[in-house]
Formats: sequence, C-alpha cells, structure tokens
Amino acid sequence: MNSDANPVLALAWTFALMSLFAVGGASAAIPEMHRVAVEVQHWLTDKQFADIYAISQLSPGPNVLIVTLIGYSVAGIAGALVATLSMCVPTAMLAYYVSRLLKRSSDARWPALIQAALVPLSIGLMGASGFILARTSDRTVAAALVTAGAAGTGLGDAAQPALDAARRGVSRFCRPDRVKIAICRGDPAG
Amino acid sequence: MPLDSPSAAVPAPDLPTLAPPSLIALFFAFAKMSLAGFGGVLVWARRGIVERHRWMTADEFNETFALCHFLPGPNIVNLTFVFGSRFRGLAGGIAAFAGLVGPPVVIVTVLAALYQRYGEIDALRRILAGVSCAAIGLLIATVFRMMLPLIKRRDLVGLVILAVVFVAIGLLRLPLPAVLLVATPISFVITFVMRRRTGAT
Repeated sequence: MNSDANPVLALAWTFALMSLFAVGGASAAIPEMHRVAVEVQHWLTDKQFADIYAISQLSPGPNVLIVTLIGYSVAGIAGALVATLSMCVPTAMLAYYVSRLLKRSSDARWPALIQAALVPLSIGLMGASGFILARTSDRTVAAALVTAGAAGTGLGDAAQPALDAARRGVSRFCRPDRVKIAICRGDPAG
Repeated sequence: MPLDSPSAAVPAPDLPTLAPPSLIALFFAFAKMSLAGFGGVLVWARRGIVERHRWMTADEFNETFALCHFLPGPNIVNLTFVFGSRFRGLAGGIAAFAGLVGPPVVIVTVLAALYQRYGEIDALRRILAGVSCAAIGLLIATVFRMMLPLIKRRDLVGLVILAVVFVAIGLLRLPLPAVLLVATPISFVITFVMRRRTGAT
C-alpha cells in the first residue's frame, strides 16, 4: 500500500474523509477512528487507543483532539498538526458556506427536517462508540463497574422519565396482575 | 480594533448584543472557553458568547448551533468558525478557530510526547485505564440522555434506525461511509413521509 510510504499523507486523507462522514460530532466518529487506526492501518493497539481516548478526555479543549493524539503517535508533531487540520478544516469550510447560503434563503423547514432525520443516526453512532470503547478497555469486572457507575451518576435524575416510560410501555403489553398470579403460582409468566 | 466596523450596525433596542469583537478578542475569547472546557466546550461557549460577551442572543446561538449540529464534522469547531466569520469574515473564522484549537493542541501534543516516553509505566497505565473507564461511562450516559426525547415521543422509527446503526457500526464493524450512505437517505425518506402523514391527519 502506498499509505505505508507516507504516513502523513495517509493521515490527511483518512481524517479529511472521515470528518465529512462524522455526523453528530467527534464522539460519533470514534468507531470509525478505531476501525481505521487499529484494524485497517495498524497505527495503534487496542490498549493504546483506549489510553489515547483517556488522555483526550483528560485534556482541555474540544473532543476532536483525539485526532491530534492519533496523528502524533503515527508521525510526530507533523502528524499531529496534519491530522487536526484535515479533521477540522474541510467541514468548517462547509459550515461556513452553508451558513451563508441559509442566511439568504430563509426556508426554516429544511434544517429542521434534516436534523430530525440525522438525530437517530448520530445517537446510534455514539452508542456504538461507547460500546466499542467499553469492549476495548473494560477487561476486568472492576473496570466494567467503574464504567457502569459513571454512566449511572451521569444519568442521575434524567433516567427517571425513561424508566417510567419503559415501565408504562411494559405494563401495557403484559398486564401486571397476570404476572403477579403467575409468580404466585411459581411458574414463569408467559 | 484594526478593522473598525462602520457604526451603522445598529443594535435593536431590546437586543443586548454589543459591538462586534476584533480578531484578537475573538482569538482570546475562544482560547479561554476552550481551555476552560474539560470534556466538551459547548457549555462554556454558550456562557461566553451569550452571557459574558453578549455577542449573540440566546436564540441566535441556538440557531447557529442547530446548523452546525446537522452538518458533519466536529460541531464545536464548525460553530466557532461560523461564529467568527459572522463578525469578521474568513479572517474572523480563522482567528476564532485558532483560539479554540491552538492552545489545546499544544497541551495535547505535550501529553502525547509524555505518553510515548512514559506510557509503559504501570502506575500511569492504571490511572489512564481508570480515567477511560469513567469517561466511557459518561459517554454512555450522554447517549441515553440524547435518546430520552425519542423514547418519550414513542418515536419507534427513530429508535429502530438508531438500533440498526448501532448494530452495523458497533457489532458488525462496517465502514462508516458505507453505513451512512445507506442509512441517511432511508432516514430522510422515512422522516419526510412520517411528517407528511402526521401533518395531514
């Protein structure tokens, strides 16, 4: 592959392309970063990828900077700069031109529609990010517990409405009185 | 300050927005917000732009953010660029972008160099492992938070699309461009049809 010849070019190409598909921001693109950096290009090991994610969360600044870290480990400072710029500049220019375009045509219906169509996609992508990262770094029970604990505290009161909705949804389909009877009789509700 | 704007830009009496910032002011304001923002800059950006500097009203901020949210790429970077260019053209966008990304890139690069040198030390590995476990938990919590509106609305279509994308990317490990090229048009058509139907009845 010619990407072995010049890793900086490979970085530029990879992240410029990736940014254009990063619907829902940098955290939605993490599965793709993992796929490319660990599985396709073998720039990093699983463990290094998890470490780099941790460093990017520890340091201040926008979440995209995980790209800077990947770039640095591939090709030093040049790699860091190239990776960061190619992840940021193409989409920033796109946003710039689209915002100017939208300012002229004040049709407010299309942005709302596009957003409604993209929201499930970007949540699904972020969910996949969480899953892949958890699989690479939660190798022990203790680690998995820390993740679960952080998720729980992060949810806090926000979880309550979801739980209520889920309970309502469940009780709609299986009537609780029948379940109770089934439990009293000692056989599984079914 | 070098580019003095014509004072014809009259602020409406009820809008509390002040004079447009200079390039240097843009750079430093975004550098400050960026460095304050551990684990995400959005909260700080809002506070800085709307409340502290009063460069935008809350509604203008939301509109700009909505625009940058449905476009691809790192949202906060897009927002910064669009925001800066709104005041000072391309140069303003570049100044704000440099402020947002420049200083943290320096910090992160130093951290990366330290990691490459000392990354094998056991204590550091353990600390990083702990941090990443917690950070992943917070990411998962954010995902659930974002799912809440869909669950509350009983948006079954949205939840199914969400689940399909999750399986395709998270479990099957399909390439992102391929998945999006298939899933985006489908999601569009379904959303469009559903809106029409609910609008008609």
